[in-house]
Amino acid sequence: MDSLYSLIDGFGTALTPMNLLWAAVGVLLGTAIGVLPGIGPAMAVALLLPVTYGLEPTGAFIMFAGIYYGAMFGGSTTSILLNTPGESAAVVAAIEGNPMAKAGRGAQALAAAAIGHFAGGMIGTILLVVLAPTVAALAVDIGAPDYFALMVLAFIAVTSVLGSSRIRGLASLLIGLTIGLVGLDQMTGQQRLTFGSLQLADGVDVVIVAVGLFAIGEALWVAAHLRRTMGEAIPVGRPWLGKDDVTRSWKSWLRGPLIGFPLGAIPAGGAEIPTFLSYVTEKRLSKHKEQFGKGAIEGVAGPESAASASAAGTLVSMLTLGLPTTAVAAVMLAAFQQYGIQPGPLLFEREPDLVWGLIASLFVGMVLLLALNLPLAPVWAKLLRIPRPYLYAGILFFAAVGAYAVGGEALDLVILLVIGLIGLGMRRYGLPVLPAVIGVILGPAAEQQLRRALQISDGSLTGLVNTPFSVTVYAVVVILLAWPLLRKVIVRRRHVAA
Amino acid sequence: MTTNLKTWLRERSELGVGVLLFLLGVLVLTDALTLDADVTGRGPVGPATVPLVVGCGLLVVAVLLSVDVLRGGRGEAEAGEDVDLTEPADWRTVLLLAGVFLAFAVLIGPLGFPVAGALLFWGAAYALGSRHLHRDPLIAAALSLFTYGVFDKLLGVPLPGGPLMGVI
Repeated sequence: MDSLYSLIDGFGTALTPMNLLWAAVGVLLGTAIGVLPGIGPAMAVALLLPVTYGLEPTGAFIMFAGIYYGAMFGGSTTSILLNTPGESAAVVAAIEGNPMAKAGRGAQALAAAAIGHFAGGMIGTILLVVLAPTVAALAVDIGAPDYFALMVLAFIAVTSVLGSSRIRGLASLLIGLTIGLVGLDQMTGQQRLTFGSLQLADGVDVVIVAVGLFAIGEALWVAAHLRRTMGEAIPVGRPWLGKDDVTRSWKSWLRGPLIGFPLGAIPAGGAEIPTFLSYVTEKRLSKHKEQFGKGAIEGVAGPESAASASAAGTLVSMLTLGLPTTAVAAVMLAAFQQYGIQPGPLLFEREPDLVWGLIASLFVGMVLLLALNLPLAPVWAKLLRIPRPYLYAGILFFAAVGAYAVGGEALDLVILLVIGLIGLGMRRYGLPVLPAVIGVILGPAAEQQLRRALQISDGSLTGLVNTPFSVTVYAVVVILLAWPLLRKVIVRRRHVAA
Repeated sequence: MTTNLKTWLRERSELGVGVLLFLLGVLVLTDALTLDADVTGRGPVGPATVPLVVGCGLLVVAVLLSVDVLRGGRGEAEAGEDVDLTEPADWRTVLLLAGVFLAFAVLIGPLGFPVAGALLFWGAAYALGSRHLHRDPLIAAALSLFTYGVFDKLLGVPLPGGPLMGVI
């Protein structure tokens, strides 16, 4: 019941004219960014990190959340009309959505996706309201060893769940941890990896790392392989749904969040897995199985709903445990750090206005998105025709602005370029970017918690596993690590049985 | 024989990643071992412990990655909407862009943000293949001035105006 009152207070925060404006800016920017090829939500939030220097936290996070949800909306538009998904979360939307558009049912596909996002986002956010305070209350007593265990879980999860190669994920994580080491040691003031440079003594700013890896790295990588012939977007009118479409879709809209929300809350790689699982489920349950692959509306409605619900799930673990499970959440965590706010169990006690204002603005943003997206879809589709040189020159331009705004130093721009080149190399050789960013953001905090825990236990390693919470978390870590082996055993058993 | 070696190496250029990771590991370890050892008064874990772990981790991963490459494993190059992996990489554009970016870093001090930013956008668009003689610089100038206004005046994030803003 408490959370209901807090939520009403939150609406008081979210509905002030300024915060409404930030929510509107966020969803519009987010949708545009989602539609635009080449820019994902993580890059967009990273490029906008510099506004945190001028904006108060509530407005900034309301805008970031709007971008997150808006980009999910926009990403499916690109998938449906162009058949080239920008975000991995939108891959599934292309499977059924694009054939629908080709068959002249693009308007219905867009509507099914938009309403799916609305339903998924709404249900997901309601679950967030119900669950987040409970999780925070359960976790409020956790100490240094528990935090350290959680961070180890984050490290292992991003390296072993994402991408096709664990060793490459681990390499990426270690690169991130190394960048995180640069600067003065927080406890003793010793210089580490600074090579005597005063500027490096402050460490490499997280904004620069995030912008360098997500924006510069991506722009350079695309520049090296720029497609010279553009795909043509299928022209589309105002989205609408017939009665038959609605009867086929509504169950899928409601089923999506059941898959999306829980998978978003755990570090399982964001919306990629839930959208795929939702697609498979819809295919199995559908009465029109023969239409799948040729434009079945359920295959758009369910996965899109799951995608938005997984974004809400991501926010649960980010806000209550400080555990980022997607790239966007990682960059938002960096934004919290910029403000000196530590997301975690205490966030709901210490910053109730911020948290509940943010959650309330999610509802506001969802309504704005639905109201904007249905009538504006043809306009968004025009964005697909932006000349690519302008798009990528613009990304470099705003990345430079962001890095310079950090401290007003030209050296930061050089560091940005170097990190961007690292990002380029990582894309070339299949090292995933997310583990590196998580390493930079969580690495220093993890080291501090580790040292604090060992200080309490006087150096004994048992100090790391002396709480039920940390033991549970390590058990999950072990399962994650052993999963490929376990799966092999299970598969073999099945073969023997069969 | 030399051509064989060349193609062998080109197909396994990912070994370079292993070498770089190894060098990075050596760097981290050297740095950790040269820290002042006598500042260990604060707790059992000193400032060198975590760097030592990270450094060793880098060495191990470097070796494992190289072994994976020699066994035929390859990192998958990242795909994307505007990425065409069937064509060979165009490193000239990347070099040009990096050059334009470095020029921006050098010029932002003396020229100020509006001018240097416009040059950055124009140069980058040119490097990426845009050849509109009139439209490109106009868009660049408008974008740069607009951004300067929004950040410096609206958001309160200071950017250097340079001599141009001094005149206006």
